[in-house]
Amino acid sequence: MSVVSPIREHLVTGGKTHHDVTEDICRHVEAKPTKEWKIALTISILVLIYGAGWVLWTWWEGLGVWGLNKTVGWAWDITNFVWWVGIGHAGTLISAILLLFRQKWRTSVNRAAEAMTIFAVICAASFIIMHMGRPWLALWALPLPNTFGSLWVNFNSPLVWDVFAISTYFSVSLLFWFIGLIPDLATIRDRATGVRKVIYGALSLGWTGGAKTWARYEDVSLILAGLSTPLVLSVHTIVSFDFATSVIPGWHTTIFPPYFVAGAIFSGFAMVQNLMLITRVVYKLEDYITIEHIGLMNKIITVTGSIVGVAYITEFFIAAYSGVEYEKYAFLNRATGPLWWSYAAMMTCNVLSPQIFWFKSLRENIVVSFVIAVVVNIGMWFERFVIIVTSLHRDYLPSSWTYFTPRMADIGDYMFSFGLFSTLFFLFSKFLPVINMAEVKSVLKTSSEKPAKY
Amino acid sequence: MAHKKYIVGIFDDEDVVKDAVGKVRGSKVKIQEVFCPYPVHGLDHALGYDRPRMGVPAFLFGITGTSLAFLLTFWTMGIDWPMNIGGKNFIPFPTNIPIVFELTVLLAAFGMAFTFFFMEGLGPTTKPVIFDERSTDDKFAMAIDMSKNTLSDAEIQTILKESGASEVSVKEI
Repeated sequence: MSVVSPIREHLVTGGKTHHDVTEDICRHVEAKPTKEWKIALTISILVLIYGAGWVLWTWWEGLGVWGLNKTVGWAWDITNFVWWVGIGHAGTLISAILLLFRQKWRTSVNRAAEAMTIFAVICAASFIIMHMGRPWLALWALPLPNTFGSLWVNFNSPLVWDVFAISTYFSVSLLFWFIGLIPDLATIRDRATGVRKVIYGALSLGWTGGAKTWARYEDVSLILAGLSTPLVLSVHTIVSFDFATSVIPGWHTTIFPPYFVAGAIFSGFAMVQNLMLITRVVYKLEDYITIEHIGLMNKIITVTGSIVGVAYITEFFIAAYSGVEYEKYAFLNRATGPLWWSYAAMMTCNVLSPQIFWFKSLRENIVVSFVIAVVVNIGMWFERFVIIVTSLHRDYLPSSWTYFTPRMADIGDYMFSFGLFSTLFFLFSKFLPVINMAEVKSVLKTSSEKPAKY
Repeated sequence: MAHKKYIVGIFDDEDVVKDAVGKVRGSKVKIQEVFCPYPVHGLDHALGYDRPRMGVPAFLFGITGTSLAFLLTFWTMGIDWPMNIGGKNFIPFPTNIPIVFELTVLLAAFGMAFTFFFMEGLGPTTKPVIFDERSTDDKFAMAIDMSKNTLSDAEIQTILKESGASEVSVKEI
């Protein structure tokens, strides 16, 4: 007999039975695509094609088509990379860390969040490839035997750590997501006929759901969660090392790893919130993704936003306390220099805006949640822009001080990643179950559970 | 292929099926397997299965990843082509720790998952033996292999019905 907390709301409302869960989720996979979905997918693909044109142009002409200059040698490209990687933190965090903490509410959101993670990491990786200028040489980042007398990669370099971190994170997240999908794919297989049965049958690996298989499956999930938890934290830690191990004032701070991880969770949850709210309305999943879920997500957004806020203030204090002139100037220039507006945008969007979630009525308001989630992601983009560009644009020699203005190629490449992300997400939401049916079924109330009367 | 005769009991509720497993096993009936749409905690215990030990392959593959990563970084940078990079050690310790960590996790995760697929015979070409298609939807299917039981069909069917099965059928699979 399971223990049910009398003070908790039901995780799934509307008195759903196990069969209702199957029907509600499978319906979207089995039905013919709707007109709205086709229109949305077409727009995404058009954006993707437009962006792809700019990416090809970037490779054809060289990285000179970006707005970079001698002083600012790294701008939108790396900003977008860090932004997407950060967004890609929420899915595995929800499925791994919240699994370890036994947060059962994650069951309704983990599938879509994990899918989003995988797509966000693909977008992030696309910026790494764009960076290379010569993408056909991408495999040089790997320690492969080569024709230069086998000159190996430098394992002391954070850029090489990044290659390992991102690719491990991507593959382990994909594995975790796929293992979570197997029982649900079997559910679809057992309802399907024809070609669909063959495809879902192959994907579900012949799953039957025997008690022994389930016991091992749960053990595998738990261990994968245990392995993924430090992995999630390691990825943004290593991304922050790209900056923290350099000698640029404003970058080489020891606070970067926890600060980046908190920011990543912050922006990732905001993106999950956005996608969840849209999916909820479009697929009519109000009984699965309840107001309680939205409220809980907003609480995490507020906590991580506040951690990020403390980190911003700590950086300033440490710069002042260090007594290093360059360090002090870097931070003063960040807040009051020519790019002050990006700093102000970052502070307002990331630190101030989530504070409205201290009020329960706003925390559980759908429109407010959606707007704040968008604002948070804008803020988190500016955070990376602030860290990267404001630390570079005024270097040690005032004669080389400059400003950064993006060109169309910067914008087009960024649009490419949006097109890629939304195309992948729309395809996912049509062809795969957007909610983990097996896990949701396991949190529904059964006959033996008699919630305390109060 | 020779067909085997099974008695399949369908249950509607996880708690009923969990109690039923005890009752059926108490009546000296050997259960082939219980198929569930979602994991039911305590069911594996009721069926008398050992605790799953997927941590063993995870650890073994993980430690392999750790060793290979140490070997790779030490051998490439220290032995095969030592390079002076900013006066740092030729043996890149502890700067290789991120690499070692990532490879440990990578091998542990994939090694464990593929061990699981192998143990359960899961693969894209596997033909599943499905006793009742509703067992991936909302029903629990208890399969009893008649060739491994000495009681008669009728007796087993009665036991299943008495322990709460909503349907009992005989299937040749």
